Amino acid sequence: MSSGTLYDKVWDLHRVAELPGGSTQLFVGLHLIHEVTSPQAFAALRDKGLSVRCPERTVATVDHIVPTTSQSRPFADPLAEEMLSTLERNCADHGITLNGIGSGRQGIVHVIAPELGLTQPGMTVACGDSHTSTHGAFGAIAFGIGTSQVRDVLASQSLAMSKLKVRRIQVNGRLSDGVSAKDLILHVIRTLGVKGGVGFAYEFAGPAVEALSMEERMTLCNMAIEGGARCGYVNPDQVTFDYLSGRAGAPSGAAWDRAVSWWRGLASDPDAVVDDEVVFDAASIAPTVTWGITPGQGLGIDECIPQLEQLEPGERPIAEEAYRYMDLQPGTAIAGVPVDVCFIGSCTNGRLSDLRAAAAVARGRHVADGIKAFVVPGSEQVAKAAEEEGLDRVFQDAGFEWREPGCSMCLAMNPDRLEGRQISASSSNRNFKGRQGSASGRTLLMSPAMVAAAAVHGQVTDVRTLSLQSAV
Amino acid sequence: MSSFPSGPVSQVVGRALVVSGEDIDTDRIIPARFLKCVSFDALGDQVFADDRRERKGEHPFDQARFQGASILVVNGNFGCGSSREHAPQALMRWGIRAVVGVSFAEIFYGNCLALGIPCATASAAEVEAIQRQVHDRPDQTWSLDLEAEQLSSADQQWGIAVDEGPRQMLLSGRWDATSQLLAHGPEVQQLMEALPYINGFSNV
Repeated sequence: MSSGTLYDKVWDLHRVAELPGGSTQLFVGLHLIHEVTSPQAFAALRDKGLSVRCPERTVATVDHIVPTTSQSRPFADPLAEEMLSTLERNCADHGITLNGIGSGRQGIVHVIAPELGLTQPGMTVACGDSHTSTHGAFGAIAFGIGTSQVRDVLASQSLAMSKLKVRRIQVNGRLSDGVSAKDLILHVIRTLGVKGGVGFAYEFAGPAVEALSMEERMTLCNMAIEGGARCGYVNPDQVTFDYLSGRAGAPSGAAWDRAVSWWRGLASDPDAVVDDEVVFDAASIAPTVTWGITPGQGLGIDECIPQLEQLEPGERPIAEEAYRYMDLQPGTAIAGVPVDVCFIGSCTNGRLSDLRAAAAVARGRHVADGIKAFVVPGSEQVAKAAEEEGLDRVFQDAGFEWREPGCSMCLAMNPDRLEGRQISASSSNRNFKGRQGSASGRTLLMSPAMVAAAAVHGQVTDVRTLSLQSAV
Repeated sequence: MSSFPSGPVSQVVGRALVVSGEDIDTDRIIPARFLKCVSFDALGDQVFADDRRERKGEHPFDQARFQGASILVVNGNFGCGSSREHAPQALMRWGIRAVVGVSFAEIFYGNCLALGIPCATASAAEVEAIQRQVHDRPDQTWSLDLEAEQLSSADQQWGIAVDEGPRQMLLSGRWDATSQLLAHGPEVQQLMEALPYINGFSNV
């Protein structure tokens, strides 16, 4: 059993009571809500005659269903309009802050909470969205929940949870040039499998992780869930504090110094005990691309789609399904696979540094003929900052569309979607069958720079072979 | 269809159906376009919508012999991906009252528990044997007994496991956590008063 880890410390700080049956009542420090998984929770509150326990610790935004072309109201899609107006009504009724469209604070829930300084080390963060693991980048314990649990958190600011084991993902060395946090997490998932993390929290540690920026750490933790780990985290350090300093929700003045001292003490002790540890060598990781229908079906850019006999017996049925669904033959090199649509955005890779990395590839180049390419900033703040740097012009000059913020084609609950058998190069997080809005659509996951490289060549391309102009 | 679970859940009795395959994600159980709703009511018809369309009537959820089944038998890492409770809600509204498999994704498992739907596990070999038996005799009635941790048909019995905490919660009827959580209101208040980030870090 783990001890002395950040996970253990934060768990103990938030433990309200032991419940009959053996689960723990855990206090939730920050509850993030959005339009898709909250309406039924509010309806349940009404049915039970309950109120929201801590509206001041509940923060809302709208992200999943928002169009990225015109965001004027009412939305063209009446169902999307109904979802947003329901959220607006629920927030107004219960005194919850809604960071709505045009507020300057709207965006993907996992982008805005960090940039507003709401996500802080040592918190528990819950949201009805599996990518809540993102917030672990700050040394928070953050996890996705279902709608019944959203109801519970609204009513009691707490949850019935079972404690996870802790696996340290120790990443030694440094990532090579052209290799990003996205490649690192795709490599980890490929190595440990999509169910390898079930029952674990992933502690990402080691020199390669410490060298990552906060935005890169968010990418890393974001996809812990794709490896089966409900939460992932990085111990807070100076990088964390520098990111938080001066943000609206972060402490200031004398409280800042006290906060930093408290936060430092939450990091896993040098002699902390973990339940498991896996060591990776960062330098050996190449730009990584998925070829199949689970995020674990990844390949280094120099590799070929595996033959059945190269795989463990347990992996073979889903590989066979993937060959059929993706219409990709074993032995095919992943580099050179043609794509139709290129999507840069999502809670995984929709932040300013992601857009900069993609713009460095796009600058002075042009999207290949017949390719639809678009960029969806993760938030209004990201959009504004990118526009101030002229990234919108860089993308538009290169033939990319520059859109309004939202989740967009990561899960295609808005009008952005694949058509028919189209194949996308996507900076998002899931390549499941049908994920991007067409029941037969196909997805290749990769970093934003790799998506940009695919866009300009019309096929999967090793970004390291292109010269970069990160002019700003 | 029987009513939705309420109170103690000690036994699920009914016919079974099989959805085989590893890593079946919640996008497949309920595609994202059906999440555009403010109530769960219509989801029962939409469960596995794209898989069912692809298989043109041959999907287990469409086959006549499996209609009315209440025990779903799956393989490993069932329910991975998105946290959408719409997935178990869709299964429940179709008629599923228990799921048996090799393993489950955590959030899906918790979402099922919150609806009073037990997720029981057995070894890969046992699950495959159960699946074969369901295929051979789709008309037979199964009983999933949470007290004895057993899945039985008229002529065979299998040991199944349900994690002890969830098992007790189901047996006692305390799987709907809200009232238990609310009962500790004063403790929540006390904890908030002690948490540095709620108090301007004045107490560190």
